[in-house]
Amino acid sequence: MSVQSAGRWGLVAQFPAPLIARFARNRLAVGGLLVVALFLLFCFVGPTLYSTDQIHTDLTQVNLHPSGSHWLGTDAVGHDELGRLMYGGKVSLLVGLAAGVLATVIGTLWGSIAGYAGGWVDAVMMRIVDAGIAIPALFILLVVSAITTPGVPGLIVILGLVSWLVPSRLVRAETLTLKRRDYVLTLRAIGGTHGRAIARHILPNSVSTIVVAATFQVADAILLVAYVSYLGLGVQPPSTDWGGMLSAGLTAAYSGRWWLIVPPGLAIILVVCAFNAIGDGLRDAFDVRGRG
Amino acid sequence: MNSILEMENLGVVFSTESGDVPAVRGVSLRVEPGETLALVGESGSGKSTVALAALGLLPGNARASGGVSVGGTDVVGAGEAELARLRGRTASMVFQEPATALDPLTRIGKQIAEVVRNHRDVSRQEAAAEAVELLRRVGIPDPERRASAFPFQLSGGQRQRVVIAMAIANSPGLLVADEPTTALDVTVQAEILDLLRALAADSGTGVLLVTHNMGVVADFADRVAVMLEGEIVETGAVEDVLLRPTHEYTRRLLAAVPRLAVTGSGSGSGSVVGEEAEGAPVVELRDVSLQFGRGPRAVRALEEVSLTVRAGETVGLVGESGSGKSTAARVALGLVAPESGGVSLFGTDLRKARGRARRALLAGVGVVLQDPVASLDARMSVAECVAEPLRVHRRGMGAGERRERVAEVLELVRLPRELARRGPRELSGGQRQRVSLARALVLEPRLLVADEPTSALDVSVQQTVLEVITELQAELGFACLFVSHDLAVVQQFAGRVVVMRGGRVEEQGPTMSTLLHPETEYTRRLIAAVPVPDPVLQRQRRERRVALGTEAGA
Repeated sequence: MSVQSAGRWGLVAQFPAPLIARFARNRLAVGGLLVVALFLLFCFVGPTLYSTDQIHTDLTQVNLHPSGSHWLGTDAVGHDELGRLMYGGKVSLLVGLAAGVLATVIGTLWGSIAGYAGGWVDAVMMRIVDAGIAIPALFILLVVSAITTPGVPGLIVILGLVSWLVPSRLVRAETLTLKRRDYVLTLRAIGGTHGRAIARHILPNSVSTIVVAATFQVADAILLVAYVSYLGLGVQPPSTDWGGMLSAGLTAAYSGRWWLIVPPGLAIILVVCAFNAIGDGLRDAFDVRGRG
Repeated sequence: MNSILEMENLGVVFSTESGDVPAVRGVSLRVEPGETLALVGESGSGKSTVALAALGLLPGNARASGGVSVGGTDVVGAGEAELARLRGRTASMVFQEPATALDPLTRIGKQIAEVVRNHRDVSRQEAAAEAVELLRRVGIPDPERRASAFPFQLSGGQRQRVVIAMAIANSPGLLVADEPTTALDVTVQAEILDLLRALAADSGTGVLLVTHNMGVVADFADRVAVMLEGEIVETGAVEDVLLRPTHEYTRRLLAAVPRLAVTGSGSGSGSVVGEEAEGAPVVELRDVSLQFGRGPRAVRALEEVSLTVRAGETVGLVGESGSGKSTAARVALGLVAPESGGVSLFGTDLRKARGRARRALLAGVGVVLQDPVASLDARMSVAECVAEPLRVHRRGMGAGERRERVAEVLELVRLPRELARRGPRELSGGQRQRVSLARALVLEPRLLVADEPTSALDVSVQQTVLEVITELQAELGFACLFVSHDLAVVQQFAGRVVVMRGGRVEEQGPTMSTLLHPETEYTRRLIAAVPVPDPVLQRQRRERRVALGTEAGA
């Protein structure tokens, strides 16, 4: 069986075949994976096939309807809308993925240290998390981005810093049970270090929880970027993202230029739903308790 | 006479993802009113499946064939409504784990009354009164007041009594008890068995007792059916099967059961006789006290515990659950720091050793814990599990050398080298415990601490694991602190024994003299409560124990 073949490399595989099979049985999750893959292709490979100028404005080509030369029309400053969807999508996906991963990494470290240390260290660290959760993330996000007007790296860091709280709680709970496992006790009894216990036993065994949490974090981060940019506090022109495109197209919605609103809105909804579906699928496949 | 339970050629097949798995094949048995039939076998033999089939409680993926009739009702073909009328009325069940068999949010009196009202048309008050009466019958003191207690307010033994009260609430003709005393301490086990015996005798109830414990069988059963791989290989009266087994498997099974020697000249069968052990102390606890929690809810876990393990000897640490034996072992390992008292390992004070010195000290210790599943990280291969101490203490060791050493210790514990590449999930319980042992021995420790290393294993597997430990101890000469609740195993295995109770050392001394001629009342009761797998001898022991109990009570 799969476990046996995986064992040939000396390591029991992290993602054994039954896991993939269980994931594959979840149609919605597989659909989500497909949607994400298509969007990644669209945003990162698309521009090489459908190249457009997204830096310079062209006032002779403003507000054109969708046509053969501009498949999704143009916006108020003459950028091709389909090209802009790819261009903005790059920022949205990149920031979303990076911020989601960053939040998960911070949360994992914080949660595993708190859970493993226990006692007053745990109490202090988790009260900090409680306090952080009590302040609405969106509020912090808006204040910080209003003060600093961040670029892409700045946005990633800010988003990462406001959304690591939930993963840290999940990982702490996992750590609390894992650190009492007999193999951790055995390691400590023969003088193994705490670092080794965390790195070799606790984190690898929390992988399922962490991966599931990361997937949901990415979905959340993509939504948050959209919020911030919609309010004009995200990446600044000529750069843009899907939230910024929505914001720019808002006035156009009343004059019937749907192509400025529907595509970025649809893209956000599809990608966020897709990531959530993947998270659900992974959670069921791993059989871990995630959120929801 | 009409049998209360009759099984004719019962077969049970489980349908799983990897196809149909037959669990029980061609089982025929009968239980007469007032008789106890014990169904024995090792894990996976299908004995619990037979018990569940008797009440039509098989899980959804199981298909039963053949005939099962309880008090004349056909169970295999019965509908859910008919089964519901049957269960709790004609036949009822006592499960292994009393903690999960009761609803934690409902008062016990109400839970019992509910069973009464499910089957009989009585008023709430009548049912409540009957619940109190049932609690009295199962020996719960002050039943009027206790009826309003919640399950968590009772001890494990009392909870099992409540479960039994629920089971006998409607005077069933058949009682199916699946390992009813396995989760309990021996002294409590003896009381519960006395209770079940009295109830069965009073009301003529037939009992189907499922157990792996031959002592319990000897103590309680009239007839025995031995199961192996889903089939009954031998049936007969308890004296015949336990004393004159005819089937090869029964003989092997009985030979593997550790027997508590209750008479003897006092010459030790332990690997090292107590008096001879005069080597240097390997680990020493001096007046160790420890409490968990603070304030009024604090629990005194250890009180002035002193014990010593000397080079080359095996010390058995015995006691019932909550006696502090595991905690004492953890203190010896430095996993838990004592509040007062001293711990020295290899002659060095553990509290003073820090950093590098402490690590060097701990390199001389090997540990095997109870749970074969939790002891090995399922994400690692066997080779990685065994190599872990090497990675901690022999950092300079090359990969090739490490692989060679791992293969060596695997062979030492009688496992094939090829197992190194497998994952723990692919191994049986006994194999896993041997991998744990290999990991403990990979650094050639001077002290092995084994906390109930075999109590999750079947007897035949337990025997192999214990043999491996004994042989390796003779070969490698390590000292061993052996924590166990099983007096028979300790008697076989340890040269000296330390009996703990409620966080204190009750008594200690050479195993043979301590267990044959105990000095304290508690140890005497503890030993008297252990059922031996010999029905004739056990009957005498029981009578003596009851006499002892009435003497003590009077």
